[in-house]
Amino acid sequence: MSTTTAPAPNEQATRGTRFTSWAANYVDERTSMSGLVKELGRKIFPDHWSFMLGEVALYSFVVILLSGSFLTFFFQASMAEVEYDGSYVPLKGLEMSAAMQSTLNISFDLRGGLLIRQIHHWAALLFVASIGLHMLRVFFTGAFRKPREVNWLVGFLLFVLAMAEGFTGYSLPDDLLSGNGLRIIDGMVKGVPFFGTWISYLLFGGEFPGTQIVGRLYTLHILLLPAILVALLGVHMLLLIVNKHTQFAGPGRTNDNVVGSPIMPVFAAKAGGFFFIVFGVIALVAATVTINPIWAYGPYDPSPVSAGTQPDWYIGFADGALRLVPPGWELMLGPYTLSLNILVPILVLLVFLAAVAAYPFVEAWITNDKREHHIADRPRNAPTRTAIGAAGVTFYAGLWSAASSDLIATHFKLSIESVTHVIQAVTILGPIVAFFVTKRICLALQKKDREIALHGFESGRIVRLPGGEYIEVHEQLSEYERWRLVSFEEYHPVMVRPDARGRITQRAKLRSSLSSWFFEDRIAPVTQKELESGSHGHH
Amino acid sequence: MADHGSADTGNAVEIIATDPGPRSAAVVPTDRPQNPGFPPERKRVADLDPAKEKQQERRVVAWFVVGIIGAVGAVAAYVAFPLDTRGSIDPSETRIVTLLIGLGIAIGLFGIGFGAVHWAKSLMHGHDLVEMRHPTRGSEETRAKAVAVFTAGNEESGFSRRKAIVGTLIGALAAFPLPGIVLFRGLAPKEDANDVLRHTMWKKGTRLTRDPSGTPIKASEVTLGSAFHVIPEGLNDSEHKLEEKAKAAVLLMRLKPEDLNPRKGREDWAYDGIVAYSKICTHVGCPVALYEQQTHHLLCPCHQSQFDITHEAEVIFGPAKRPLPQLPIYVDDEGYLRARSDFTEPVGPSFWEREH
Repeated sequence: MSTTTAPAPNEQATRGTRFTSWAANYVDERTSMSGLVKELGRKIFPDHWSFMLGEVALYSFVVILLSGSFLTFFFQASMAEVEYDGSYVPLKGLEMSAAMQSTLNISFDLRGGLLIRQIHHWAALLFVASIGLHMLRVFFTGAFRKPREVNWLVGFLLFVLAMAEGFTGYSLPDDLLSGNGLRIIDGMVKGVPFFGTWISYLLFGGEFPGTQIVGRLYTLHILLLPAILVALLGVHMLLLIVNKHTQFAGPGRTNDNVVGSPIMPVFAAKAGGFFFIVFGVIALVAATVTINPIWAYGPYDPSPVSAGTQPDWYIGFADGALRLVPPGWELMLGPYTLSLNILVPILVLLVFLAAVAAYPFVEAWITNDKREHHIADRPRNAPTRTAIGAAGVTFYAGLWSAASSDLIATHFKLSIESVTHVIQAVTILGPIVAFFVTKRICLALQKKDREIALHGFESGRIVRLPGGEYIEVHEQLSEYERWRLVSFEEYHPVMVRPDARGRITQRAKLRSSLSSWFFEDRIAPVTQKELESGSHGHH
Repeated sequence: MADHGSADTGNAVEIIATDPGPRSAAVVPTDRPQNPGFPPERKRVADLDPAKEKQQERRVVAWFVVGIIGAVGAVAAYVAFPLDTRGSIDPSETRIVTLLIGLGIAIGLFGIGFGAVHWAKSLMHGHDLVEMRHPTRGSEETRAKAVAVFTAGNEESGFSRRKAIVGTLIGALAAFPLPGIVLFRGLAPKEDANDVLRHTMWKKGTRLTRDPSGTPIKASEVTLGSAFHVIPEGLNDSEHKLEEKAKAAVLLMRLKPEDLNPRKGREDWAYDGIVAYSKICTHVGCPVALYEQQTHHLLCPCHQSQFDITHEAEVIFGPAKRPLPQLPIYVDDEGYLRARSDFTEPVGPSFWEREH
């Protein structure tokens, strides 16, 4: 490591700059790092609050990795039976698994251990939540359109992996709640035709609960799933760089440019600072709000269960789906039992998730739009998509609220039967209502935009004209403000056209009818001519 | 990555104030409004007033100092609560230790975070820069080269000519994971899963005992309206305690004998209004632990299936289909409750081969 390779130091150069240039030179001569810095260092990131949701997900994942690594040094993924002898008196002498005891020891016999456990748990809750919100942002702004469909799929897989990570982690402490969660998984797996009984048997290493499951889930939780997650996260970021970020319409912004802050220095400072803020919020919540107090539940025992217990929030929609099944959904096929009360909710969840994953491809096919899109839609300007999204959110919310049906019933002093029936109705009818209401709201907002763009906004200033007539003065937007309202594209339904051999295929007909459904109600964007005539000759 | 822009700023070029004009790929190119171009730049206070700039700088410094204080404070909080003689902290102090260390860490993080963001927003070069996009697909030249690479690879290996090689390769690749799949049989013991699910610890003559103490129960102790959580005698000494309990847990209740409606052949499964039912839900296996004394309904707290004890625990609400299996019981000479036999059907969640 000789300094002779460094460029000749400037006369005025301080020690600091001399070291920096020596270090930069050292690295570059071994890694060609300068090329990467040249390409990425001033890469532009557009600014919008909703673009931070994905950042929250990324940063909370970093927090999960840090806090989780700490926990692995103390946690014992073993179901060997031990007699608890830690310092939490109420459980002293109780038989429990080594996993439960080590989790209690982390909480009570390790300074700051409870804090790290709570940071880990809260960060995990935030991780899944921010992924969900990030997906909603991408969905409602159409940021999944070409060329980003692949990255939508990668992100979708990250969402599923995050939930899997959450569930495997939730099951590790081997307390009463996590054991009951596993019991439900066991019951669901057993409901699968043909293989269910054996899958459960293999998964648990024999009969439920066995002595294997915690160790196995631990391997998944800290090795296999995180490895896949990190790899996919890398792909997600790489595609983000290749595709560049979308931006909202604004003056000067086009489909061919990116307007915003460069990574060095502004974006790096903002995003880097934001990491610490996210971490700080998690630490603050973890310091002040208890999460998953396993000492209050006790070790797993198949017999007791406390009423009103809830899974972590992101499992709620699956648990709710199980609850909504009406009585009697189980069939006999000859000597075999077909548990529709388990299969139907599983299939509904899988179809829902598959629809989420496939949506970009379906919309691209319906609209037959093969162009690249880099301007994010305002949700109102894509009414049908926004309505579909609202229907999906309502459906999810129905399932999700069902997971708390017992708490809703006790809090509002209702019968569990009526709460369940209402949620059943909401889950099925709610999405339909949400679809139409959302679409109408979108169209109304578009009309309002059009009105404001053409005739200005109500200024609240009332003027009396010489003739005695009162009018309210409308003020025009600046052309920059107005651009935000008028810069969206008009679409037309795909027409049925004969293919190369002169035939009209069923496929073409289907696409055409779906396309008319997708675009049937639309508000035409303001034209330049309307703008010119609109800005004169009004009150 | 594309090569464009001025060399010294990487990809970015300074703001261009010219009108970008209509979109290159608009779908309906009719009379679109014109993009007004970039609005004039708005200066911040720190750009205009050196005194304000200094003030902002002091604020950033203050935030970073807060960061240092927070981190040091967290360490101080850690040290302030020494381990006791057993090498652990007093559990009553857990809450306060968690709070203080956590607050210190949070303040430390916020100091850095707010400082950096404030620096970026108030002092760093503030106006937007522009980078041009390029189509995601490679240039025709690049794509032609990529095609040439594959063509050369194909020609030099004969991949598409040598059908037999490719066919057998696919076959071999399909076969290669099979041993790995087979190896996973080792995840579970060699017994047939179906057999073990059909039997519980209950046998003819097994005494009903309290959960969790394991003390036997006399029929006289089961008063009208009461409910007992029951395990088979000897469960606590069993080698596979939890696995056995997950199948054998029972709920014991006493109703008025006339309230029970046993089917033919089961009249002697109860004793003077005392009935025992499996506590494991037939839906997905949660313990059906909530007994409603007045209505004689059992409620599963997991998914709200309800079972009517007066009608052989048939399902009256919720996703479960089958009634809870009944454990036939009798009373011995000393007055203790005993099982007549094991359950006559598998307990717990349904499974495919259940009635096979």
